[in-house]
Amino acid sequence: MKTLIGIAASLAGLFVEDGAFALAILMVVAASGIWAVLSPNATSVSGAILLVGCLAVLLLNVIRARRPPALRRPPK
Amino acid sequence: MIVSVHLGSAVTAAFLASLVEAVEALTIVLAVGTVRGWRPAGLGALAGLALLALIVVALGPLLDRVPISLLQLAVGILLLLFGMRWLRKAILRTAGVIALHDEASAFANETAELREEERRRAPYLDWVAGIASFKAVLLEGLEVVFIVIAVSAGRGMLIPVSIAALVACLLIALVGLALYRPLARVPENVLKFTVGVMLSSFGLFWTGEGLGVAWPGADLAIVAFMGLFLATAVASVTLLGRRGAAVSP
Repeated sequence: MKTLIGIAASLAGLFVEDGAFALAILMVVAASGIWAVLSPNATSVSGAILLVGCLAVLLLNVIRARRPPALRRPPK
Repeated sequence: MIVSVHLGSAVTAAFLASLVEAVEALTIVLAVGTVRGWRPAGLGALAGLALLALIVVALGPLLDRVPISLLQLAVGILLLLFGMRWLRKAILRTAGVIALHDEASAFANETAELREEERRRAPYLDWVAGIASFKAVLLEGLEVVFIVIAVSAGRGMLIPVSIAALVACLLIALVGLALYRPLARVPENVLKFTVGVMLSSFGLFWTGEGLGVAWPGADLAIVAFMGLFLATAVASVTLLGRRGAAVSP
């Protein structure tokens, strides 16, 4: 059972390691999807949201990872 | 031209990613083999490979039944999460924020753990060792299977991409078994950096296609995305290096 739980946790870990990072990516995808649904004739904007959003999420997340722990928001 | 760009990128991504995963699995299998002999190590690895084959055989035909836009969206989002996770980690390792993955140290840790288990419960150790080998092959192999299916799904590229992944795994297995020690000199972080850039680009492309985005240049857009992800990653490493220098005394 312990092994199975370990395997399941490792499987989830393939996609989600830093929860905030994964959530930010999903929010970018959701924003792009909402735009695609609301403006089906302007899908290039939806593509731009996806591209710029993903690059920004990556850049901001790695910069945040470097910040000294004292400057990060304390956990609730 | 466009098809060959997509095929070339998919084959390269699968080959490089499989190299990394095979190196990690080999380290554990070698540790098990060193401590408890090749029987539990081999049997565990074979059981892992058999389960992986079963997953591929079961999952392959199922994917053909999923509508293409839904498949593109689901696979694209998973590839984005998976690829950007690899890229993020590779950036942080390159910038020195987190430690590099060290196969020699992973090998030492695994052998130490198994020796400790040997001391505590010797009669059951073959099971424990076999399960360690099985788990390593299964988990690292699942990453390979996911990458192969994700970059080739719905494009009729499953066979060439699978062959690239198999060649990489066989290559590492042969070299590792011949040397009889973990492959600590493989530039794992460089490979992860490269594969992270490629998988993130595929993920972005597929997610967009699933949402109905008509990317300019069709499949060639993947190459542009690779350039943009690479530029962002290099900029991140440079920025982190500068910040690190500014903070350190």
